[in-house]
Amino acid sequence: MSFEFSGKTYETDDDGYLINLDDWNQDVAAYIAEQEGVEMTDAHWEVVNFLRTYYKEYSIAPAIKILIKEMKKMFGPEKGNSAYLYNLYPAGPALQACKIAGLPKPTGCV
Amino acid sequence: MAEPAAEKTLLDVVTEADTDKNAKGPELTGEINVPRVEEGRIVKGKLSGAKPHAAKPEIMTALGFPDTLVDNWEEAAVKRLGELLEKYKSLQVYLDICVRCGSCTDKCQFFLGSGDPNNMPVARAELLRRVYKKYFTTEGKLFGKLAGARKLDLKLLGDWYAYFHQCSQCRRCSVFCPYGIDTAEISMAAREIMDSIGLGQKYCDMTIGKLLEIGNNLGMNPKALTNTLESIEEDIEEEDGVPVKLPLDVEGADILLVTPSADFFASPHVESLIGYAKVFHQAGVSWTMSSLASEAGNFGMFVGNYTLMQKAAMRIRNAIEQIKPKRLIVGECGHAWRIAYSFWNTLIGPFDSLDPNYPAPQHICEYTLDLVKRGAIKLNKEANDEFTVTFHDSCNVARASRMGSRPGGQFTIPRELIKASCNKYVEMDPATTMEKTFCCGGGGGLLTDEIMETRIAGAMPRMQTLHAVMESDGVNFMALICAICKAQFTKIMPKYGVPMEVAGGVHQLVGRAIELGAKE
Repeated sequence: MSFEFSGKTYETDDDGYLINLDDWNQDVAAYIAEQEGVEMTDAHWEVVNFLRTYYKEYSIAPAIKILIKEMKKMFGPEKGNSAYLYNLYPAGPALQACKIAGLPKPTGCV
Repeated sequence: MAEPAAEKTLLDVVTEADTDKNAKGPELTGEINVPRVEEGRIVKGKLSGAKPHAAKPEIMTALGFPDTLVDNWEEAAVKRLGELLEKYKSLQVYLDICVRCGSCTDKCQFFLGSGDPNNMPVARAELLRRVYKKYFTTEGKLFGKLAGARKLDLKLLGDWYAYFHQCSQCRRCSVFCPYGIDTAEISMAAREIMDSIGLGQKYCDMTIGKLLEIGNNLGMNPKALTNTLESIEEDIEEEDGVPVKLPLDVEGADILLVTPSADFFASPHVESLIGYAKVFHQAGVSWTMSSLASEAGNFGMFVGNYTLMQKAAMRIRNAIEQIKPKRLIVGECGHAWRIAYSFWNTLIGPFDSLDPNYPAPQHICEYTLDLVKRGAIKLNKEANDEFTVTFHDSCNVARASRMGSRPGGQFTIPRELIKASCNKYVEMDPATTMEKTFCCGGGGGLLTDEIMETRIAGAMPRMQTLHAVMESDGVNFMALICAICKAQFTKIMPKYGVPMEVAGGVHQLVGRAIELGAKE
C-alpha cells in the first residue's frame, strides 16, 4: 500500500504505517496525524520525537514504562502518566503515536 | 481450464470487507443471549468478510512457505491434508466421528458474539470436513454433494481463511462435545494447509519470523532488552526503595525464568514482571532471564506447524545449555504454558540437566504460592483493598494443561494466590469459569487490529459475565495469567464502556501486596 502527499509517494504497510523510517518528516507526520484525527501540539511532537530517537538507538519503540518515564521528565510528574498519554493519543501509543512517528507497528501480544 | 494468475487469486481469497475500526461492543446487560439462526435458510455469515491481513511474500519465504498462492493450490492443499491425516490420526477421527448432535453450537464465544452460523464449531469444522469427504472418503468420492462432500474452490478457500481465523483454538466446544472433537486441532490443520499453499496470516507469521530472527515476538534485541530491564529496576527502586533486580543472561543462576516478551514492553503486563522480580528478590534466590529465551510464547502452535513450533522452542533449550539453571519457571502466558507443560518435553526435552526435585517446567503461580504457604514471603492483603477482584481462567491454561501436583491445580493455584493477595475476591458465573471458561476473544493468533470486530464479538460472553459481577459485587479488577488476555482486554474493555485498568495480572496483585525488606 501507499499514499500520495505533497507530490511524493509513501510506501506503507496494510495498516498505513510507513515502511521506510527515512521517508518520515514533520509534514508527513502531521498529515498522518490528521488522518488519525489527532491535532498535533508541542506535547504530541515531543512524544513523537522521543519515539524516533529511541527507535534509532534500539531498533524498537520504547516500552510503555520508558515512554512514561520520559514524559515525566518532559512534562512534569502530573503529566507523566498513561492517562495523559492516552489523552494525547486516544488510540494508544502503539497504534497512534508509533504510526505518526513513522515507526513500524509492534508485533506480539501487545 | 487454467487457473487465474496467482497474485490475483490470492487477493481474491483474502479481500477484506470494510471493517469498522471504531466498532463498539453491544450494551452490557450481564446476560449471554444465544443468537437466533433462522432454520432452513442459508444465511450469509455476518463476519464472512472479516479476514486478517495476508502475510507478505518475504514473511512467507522466511518461514519456508511458498511466497504466494501456488498455481496448483487445490492439489497442493489436498496433498497436505493427506499428509496431516497420516501424521495425526486424531485429525482423521475428528473429521470422521461428528454426528451433528449440536452440543457445540452455542458454546463458541465467536458464535455467541457474532450470530454468524459459520462460527458454530460444527459448521466451522464442516468447512474442512467437506473437503476431507470429497477427496478421502469412498462415499464422498461416489456420491459427492449427497454425501456432504465439496470441492475445494476459491470461494471455500476464502471461507477457510475467514472462519479459521475466527476460531481462537480455545477448545471450549470440545468440553461439551460428547465425542471430544477438538476443533482447535481442525483449525490448526486448516491454517497449516493454507500456509503450505502460500496463504498465510500476517500477524502470526510475522510474529513467528520476529521470534526466530531476533529472539522474541516483539523483535526486542538484547540491547533494547537490557535497557528496558535496567529502566524497570530504576522504577522499582524509586517507588519501593528496594534494589530489586531483573537479571539477564546470568550463567549459573539457579532459576531461569521464561516469560512472554510483552511483559517487558506493555501495560499491564510489565506489572506482573515486577511482581515476579519482587518474589524472587524476597525469596532470596538466584535467578535470571535469558536474551536467547526472551519469549515464552510460541505462535508456531497457532499456525499448526510442528517444525516452526520446535524451532521456536529450541531457543529455550539453548538457553538452558548456556545458563545451566537448576529450575525452569514460566511467566504468565496462556498458550506458552500449554506448550511448556504439554509439548516442551517432546519438543526440546528431556530436561535431564535440571534438578529433578522440582517440576520442569513450573508455573510462576505455583512457585509463588508455595513460597507464600511456607511463609518464605509475606503478602499484605490490605495493599489491594482498593480492588474487588475476579479471575478469568485463560483457555489454554484451563483446558490444555495442569499446574502443580493435583488435578485441577490450574484452577485452584491461581485462585489461592489471588486470595492470598487481596481481601475481596468474587467468582464469575460458574458456567463460564474453570474448564468452561470463555476465551478472551483474542487468542490463537487473532490479536490483530484489522479483525477488531471479530475480537469484540469474541469478548462478548466474558464481558457480560464480568459486567454482572461489577454490578452485583463492585468488581473492579479482573486478574489474568496470559499476555494475550491482558492485551485483548485492555483494548476491548473500552469498546464496552469498561475502563482498561480493570484488566491486570495475578502477579500485579502479588507485586503490590508483597512485603519487601528484612525478614522477621
